[in-house]
Amino acid sequence: MKRLLPWIVPFGLLLAWQAASQTGLLADQIMPAPTAVAEAAWRVTRSGELLRDIWVSASRAFAGFAVGGGIGFALGMLNGLSGLSEKLTDSTLQMVRNIPHLALIPLVILWFGIGEEAKLFLVALGVFFPIYVNTLHGVRSVDRQLLEMGRAYGMSESAIFWQVVFPGALPSIFVGLRYGLGIMWLTLIVAETISASSGIGFMAMNAREFMMVDVVVVSILIYAALGKLADSVARLLERTCLSWNPVYAEL
Amino acid sequence: MNVSMLDQHRAPETRISSNGASVSLRGVTKSFGAHKVLHGIDLDIQAGQFVAIVGRSGCGKSTLLRLLAGLDQPTTGQIMIDGLSGGWRDHVRLMFQEPRLLPWQRVAANVEVGLSHAPSGPDRRRLAQEALDQVGLSGREQDWPAILSGGQRQRVALARALVSHPRILAFDEPLGALDALTRIEMQALIEQVWEDKGFTAIVVTHDVSEAVALADRILLLDAGRVEMDIAVDLPRPRRRGDPVAAAIEGRILDRLLGR
Repeated sequence: MKRLLPWIVPFGLLLAWQAASQTGLLADQIMPAPTAVAEAAWRVTRSGELLRDIWVSASRAFAGFAVGGGIGFALGMLNGLSGLSEKLTDSTLQMVRNIPHLALIPLVILWFGIGEEAKLFLVALGVFFPIYVNTLHGVRSVDRQLLEMGRAYGMSESAIFWQVVFPGALPSIFVGLRYGLGIMWLTLIVAETISASSGIGFMAMNAREFMMVDVVVVSILIYAALGKLADSVARLLERTCLSWNPVYAEL
Repeated sequence: MNVSMLDQHRAPETRISSNGASVSLRGVTKSFGAHKVLHGIDLDIQAGQFVAIVGRSGCGKSTLLRLLAGLDQPTTGQIMIDGLSGGWRDHVRLMFQEPRLLPWQRVAANVEVGLSHAPSGPDRRRLAQEALDQVGLSGREQDWPAILSGGQRQRVALARALVSHPRILAFDEPLGALDALTRIEMQALIEQVWEDKGFTAIVVTHDVSEAVALADRILLLDAGRVEMDIAVDLPRPRRRGDPVAAAIEGRILDRLLGR
């Protein structure tokens, strides 16, 4: 009974929504009934359209994530470990960080047109900063006492990195990873909605032109599901990698 | 503790084993910027001796220990271990006030950290196992440090220090953060492994009774100088409340408190 409790409200809302649609209280052009949405989902799945668009969107998202996250991680590590590198680049990066990356959309369209590069660039830029900032913070906040212990016990520089610095920074890196994943989907949604010829955002905008509200709702739900999926994978990874930490072990 | 009954009658010289290394300091000073922490320390410690360094906070005792452990270099003067002025870092191990275990490594892997200087090999596991046996923690190899008690963590740290069979073991207030009963247990454990292994033990502590309970020799450091050098010639294991020990403790405390 206790386990059912959290489901009562969402289920109730779903029922109310269905009822409102069927009684005509909620117009189909505003919001189609849940059954209609399910039907639309089935329709686009069967035609192969949905899977193709999910594939296109997910590849864009993860390619951008790999590029931006990779550079952010590398620079975060470098600036955490090297004072010279930090002095040289950190204040510049912190300044650039204040520009909302979505504000660059007009510029990006001028540079790259509406092709794949534009979306990749925006996602990479959006993902870069949370990963960079959190990696840097993680490396900086590694316990000095453990570093000293490593040196006193004759650990080599590479052993200190792999056994002390990296695992010590990992909880913070995961925070950056999960932030980055959120920004990744958000950026992709905006970029695909504005300009795309494939992907879920395109599917939604295309459906809008033909007043297929049900397909629009399906697209929104797919975005939500993809975001949730990525976050769950990150959490699972976090729990596996940080199982030494009682905070995560109990989750 | 039937075995240690025999130790009581052993002369101090026979306890000194070749496993320990001798330590010589000649005119050692250490300054941090304009602040001079150690003022020309001259000191000889016999191989296998158990030495305690006591003093108020800020007297330079931890600095001295860090020099011995090779974590810092003296500003002037020379430190020699077994007559050698260098290349001995791997023979000296330092135990800190905090256990300083890697929280993301299990107990056995944490002990193996003590073998960092050595080439990796299948022996590591076995040596770590032996060290854990010595500190009474066999069976806990696969535990995370987070689930151990404070005393158990400090024992893992002791195993990590012992695993490389150091010739000098330096302790920086190793029991400072433990409760009274765990402290007494740890003191007995440290004394026992010292008797087994014969390393030279150097303990920095602000607890004078701990120094009297453990050490062959107590050095009182004040304002960067050795102000007192007292031999403690009492049989082991020492009983708490021994009048001779109490007298030594009183002398040191009087000096520390400036009475």
